[in-house]
Amino acid sequence: MRKLDLNLVTQAVKKMLIEACEKIPVNVIERLREAKEKEANPLGKSILDQIIENGLLAMTRHVPICQDTGMVVCFLEIGSQVVFDGDIYEAINRGVREAYIDGYLRKSVVRHPLDRVNTKDNTPAIIHTKIIPGETVKITVAPKGAGSENMSLVKMLIPADGIEGIKKLVLDTIFNAGGKPCPPIIVGIGLGGNLEKSAFLAKEAVLREIDDEATDPIARQLEQELLQEINDLGVGPMGLGGTVTALAVKVNTYPCHIASLPVAINIQCHASRHKSVVL
Amino acid sequence: MSEIKYLKTPLTDSEIKSLKSGDIVYLSGTIYTGRDAAHKRLVEAIANKTELPFDLQGSAIYYVGPTPPKPDQPIGSCGPTSSYRMDPYSEALMQKGLKMMIGKGPRSSEFKEQIKKYGAVYLSAIGGTGAKIQEAVKKSEVIAYPDLGAEAVHKLEVENFYAIVTYDSEGNDLFEKGIATYRKTKN
Repeated sequence: MRKLDLNLVTQAVKKMLIEACEKIPVNVIERLREAKEKEANPLGKSILDQIIENGLLAMTRHVPICQDTGMVVCFLEIGSQVVFDGDIYEAINRGVREAYIDGYLRKSVVRHPLDRVNTKDNTPAIIHTKIIPGETVKITVAPKGAGSENMSLVKMLIPADGIEGIKKLVLDTIFNAGGKPCPPIIVGIGLGGNLEKSAFLAKEAVLREIDDEATDPIARQLEQELLQEINDLGVGPMGLGGTVTALAVKVNTYPCHIASLPVAINIQCHASRHKSVVL
Repeated sequence: MSEIKYLKTPLTDSEIKSLKSGDIVYLSGTIYTGRDAAHKRLVEAIANKTELPFDLQGSAIYYVGPTPPKPDQPIGSCGPTSSYRMDPYSEALMQKGLKMMIGKGPRSSEFKEQIKKYGAVYLSAIGGTGAKIQEAVKKSEVIAYPDLGAEAVHKLEVENFYAIVTYDSEGNDLFEKGIATYRKTKN
C-alpha cells in the first residue's frame, strides 16, 4: 500500500489547469500551421494566422488562450494499491478553486441549471474515476469550454444505420454547428456501449493527443474518412467558408447490445486544452 | 469586393449602411459588453420601462465574458462568445437603437430579418483569440450588474478592434456565401 498526500493532488490540479489555459499544445500549433498551408480561403488563412499568433501571445504573456476557461473535467485513474489521507474529490476541487482564483481564470460554473447562481470559484469539477492495478494515480484535467460542448450530442442509432448512418449524423451535426464551436475543431466520437458510455468514450476520444491514430483498424479508417468528409463540408475557419473545418477526428469504441448502435459526438475547439500527470 | 474600414463610435446610420458582408472593420471608441444574463436583464428593464445602464442609440454590443484582468492589465482574455444565444433578446435592443453586434457563429433566420428591419449589422470576431483581442482593449469598466461577475456589462474603450462584417444591413450573409464557395459535397 502506498499513502498519497492529497496536497500533491491539489497542487498538480492547480498547476495543470493554469498551464492548460495559457499554453496551447505544441503539436496543436504545428497542426494549425499545416492547416494554414492547406486552407484555400484567404480569409480562412488570415483567421488561422490570428489563431496561431494568439496561441503564441497567450504562452509568452501568461494570458488565457480563450476567455472561456471552461468547466473542469477530470479523469482519475487510481491504482488499487493507493490510499489517501482524506477526500480526493475535495482535494481536486480545492485545486480548481485555487487555479481559477489565483490564476485569473474565468469562473463559468453556476450552482443549479435553473437558478443559475455563479459558484464564484469554478467548482465543482466533473470527476470520472477508474480503478487500475498498481501504486500510481494518473490525473487528467480538461477545462472544457461551452462553445464546442454545446454543439455535442448523443444519438441512439440502430445497427441497420451502420457506418453510413454514423457518418451522416456526424456530418449533419458539424455542418449545422457551422462557426459556433470555433472551427477548426477536433471531433471525438464514441461508438458503442450505451447512452452514457458512448458519451464517455467521445470525451476520452476528444482528449487523445492530436497526432494519435486509433489502433483498431475500423476506427482508424473511420477517422481518416470522416476527417476528409468533414473538411469537404466547406464550413472552414470560424464557419466563414474554407477547406479546413476539423484538425482531427478521433473514434473510440466499446462493445454494445445486439439491438443498439449508440453514437456520441463531442466537439473540441482548436485550443485543445488538457493536461495529465502521474503521481 | 470586400474592403477594410476604420470606424469610430458612435456609429451613424450611413456608416452602418456602408458596411458590406465580407468587409474587415477596425473599430475604435466605446463598445459595451453583454452576454446571456446581461441581455436578460436589459430586456427585462425595457419591458418594465426602467432606466437602461447605457444609451443603446447607435451603440455596439460585444458578446464577451472576459477573464479577470491581472494587476497590470485593463482586461483579461476577451474573445467573442457564440451569438445565437442572444437571438431571443436582440430585437428588443435593436428597437432601442442598437446598431452593431459583435460575436461569433451563425444566428437565426429571424435575427437576419430583424437586422434588415432595424438597419443594424452583425460582425464576427475570431473565437478563441482572446489574448490577441486583449491588445485592442485600452480601458474597461463595469457599469452595470456587477453581481454577474464576468457577465456584468463592461464599458470598453477599444482601438482598432478587428472584426469581419458577417450579416450586413441588406441581409447578405458571409457564412452562407463562404460555405457555398468551398463546399465539395452535399450531405
